[in-house]
Amino acid sequence: MSFPWARQYEPKTGLTKFLDEKLPLPRLMYGAIGAGYPVPRNLSYFWNFGVLAGFFLVLQIITGVVLAMHYAANAQVAFATTEHIMRDVNWGWVMRYAHANGASFFFIVVYLHIFRGFFYSSYKAPREMIWLLGVVIFLLMMATAFMGYVLPWGQMSFWGAKVITGLFGAIPGIGESIQIWLLGGFAPDNAALNRFFSLHFLLPFVIAGVVILHIWALHIPGSSNPTGVEIKSESDTLPFHPYYTAKDGFGLGVVLLFFFAMVFFSPNMLGHPDNYIEANPLSTPALIVPEWYFYPFYAILRAFTVDFILPAKLWGVLAMFAAILVWFFLPWLDRSPVRSGHYRPLFRKFFWFGLIPCMALLFYLGGAHAEEPYIMLSQIATAYYFLHFLVILPIISQIERPEPLPYSITEAVLGSDKKAVLGENTTPAV
Amino acid sequence: MSKLLSVRLVGIFVGLGFAFVALWSLVFGLAPAFSTFAEHGQFVEPTVEHEFHEHPKDYAYSFEGALGKWDTAQLQRGFKVYNEVCAACHSLKFVAFRDLGEIGYDEGQVKAFAASKQVPGIDPNTGEANMRPGLPTDYFPSPYPNAVAAAAANGNAIPPDLSLITKARHDGTNYVASLLSGYGPAPAKLKEEFPEFSTPSTLHFNKYFPNLNLAMAPPLTTAEQVSYDDGTKASVEQMSQDVAAFLTWTAEPTMVKRKQTGWPVLIFLLFATVLAYFSKKQIWAAVKPKKRS
Repeated sequence: MSFPWARQYEPKTGLTKFLDEKLPLPRLMYGAIGAGYPVPRNLSYFWNFGVLAGFFLVLQIITGVVLAMHYAANAQVAFATTEHIMRDVNWGWVMRYAHANGASFFFIVVYLHIFRGFFYSSYKAPREMIWLLGVVIFLLMMATAFMGYVLPWGQMSFWGAKVITGLFGAIPGIGESIQIWLLGGFAPDNAALNRFFSLHFLLPFVIAGVVILHIWALHIPGSSNPTGVEIKSESDTLPFHPYYTAKDGFGLGVVLLFFFAMVFFSPNMLGHPDNYIEANPLSTPALIVPEWYFYPFYAILRAFTVDFILPAKLWGVLAMFAAILVWFFLPWLDRSPVRSGHYRPLFRKFFWFGLIPCMALLFYLGGAHAEEPYIMLSQIATAYYFLHFLVILPIISQIERPEPLPYSITEAVLGSDKKAVLGENTTPAV
Repeated sequence: MSKLLSVRLVGIFVGLGFAFVALWSLVFGLAPAFSTFAEHGQFVEPTVEHEFHEHPKDYAYSFEGALGKWDTAQLQRGFKVYNEVCAACHSLKFVAFRDLGEIGYDEGQVKAFAASKQVPGIDPNTGEANMRPGLPTDYFPSPYPNAVAAAAANGNAIPPDLSLITKARHDGTNYVASLLSGYGPAPAKLKEEFPEFSTPSTLHFNKYFPNLNLAMAPPLTTAEQVSYDDGTKASVEQMSQDVAAFLTWTAEPTMVKRKQTGWPVLIFLLFATVLAYFSKKQIWAAVKPKKRS
């Protein structure tokens, strides 16, 4: 769908006319991310993170392809080829640090993108499909990042692979066979490293494919906005280009400043020292932790310490997967007709004083030693996490009295919507 | 509508279920945790490692900070310490002789040093494995033919390769320097609190080592153990810091280049971002509402 006032692409030169006739790619781009896409005029900077996530996906693919030219997925030499990239390949250290920190920044912007979605209920009708595809992208990202972390074949690579594939061992009866099948052996070794490399190369392109679907689905209803009020007329919108290309450009500059400050001045801050020790199956690290972006889910995994009908380990695995799968059901769990958290007093309280501290705590606890008081705290945070999404959210949406919404986006921005007051139909603001 | 209601009903059931099981685990953990707390004033049983392991001292190095640069003289001193002391047991497998050119040695010195080391080779006449003098392109040879030999010669503790050691330890440079100068008898307080703690005769007490008992015997024991060419007084502290600096360079020879590359990148980006800000402002000026008072 497009809005009736959306600008139409007009090829001017001979070449663009030729292209438009044979393969209307410029027309597609014009309508998707150009002046032909009308976007709500009131988007805040929280709406920058989708474009930023796309940027980091491209950056990861480019740096990753270059790294793959110099890396060898063989357990004998993987660690050494990684060091070869750092020492001997021209600018190899930039590529590797940009790739490692690029993964972190990809997750940072995607987490912000997701939490923007939580606060503004971006998952609600008519945008359920965008949300579902987004959760699929997140799951694919997690799989890709996990396998990528195994490739340098350091201690954390090896033991992380062992622990994570070991999760499948929790499945009763067939778990162990599944783990052996996944690894191609009893422990991570050459077979596992090779398949992880193969999949780590493949999945980003699958992600890119799902991103295209995500953006396609976005263009059906159009972007949401901070008021949650749907677009009513042309004065509610601005063309994506130049308004949001300019805004995203500025946002990208700011994020890149942080990113390159990290790459050039503190590239190992988010990594773990143990991964500079070559994988050694005979020496278990004192603390096995995944990369920081898995911490909340790792904390949930480790929160289950006592058997209850099912073994504790199985509960942990189920809860960890459920913690993400529950996001798939958000459009049907939260039935409040109001989207934006700005107009939902009760929802807002649980968001800022419930979900956010809960997630912050889980982020912290996932990286902590598995000892008290961290275990107790992670049990409380895990309980709240599930209660928040599955119990509190549905109940809030039933009992809450939302605050009055603006009539339109134009009214929210300008203080009044003249056309609405006069009952006119045409007063384009731009 | 009834279908949607059932999604929520199942959801509430599942949510309560997970929350219940998580809290079930909590209930069982509370009693032991708080009894430990009542006894010791903390949630974990105090262990000797927890109480007496110390974080490394904070030394000052020329390469620290965003403007840091290598102190070539220090790297050369540290290299000398590595070569005369550490190299007896520790390999440096990711560093090639040619790399020494980066810390201020000229081609002749690098060639001479490489030639002074024996590296595994192949006899060109017979094809037999032999040892030959090193070339600048060779990597530092390992003091042991394999891991088994290394373990056998060191009471079953394999001396780790040192190429990446400062990156492979938390606060690595300070850790190496502190560890090397941190040997000494266990404090009296430790013996009071943990009478069962002992240091076996094959191990050595070191408060900077996570287990407190370290297999490596103190490698730097006396001043002037290594005689520096630049006249610097070679105290144990000085040698420890110098070799830690050298091993920081071996762990990341590109570190200073990295920081030096970072500045133009950030300055360019800052400029581009400021420009992006003003162009955004200009583009939006026409449609921005006047400030409401």
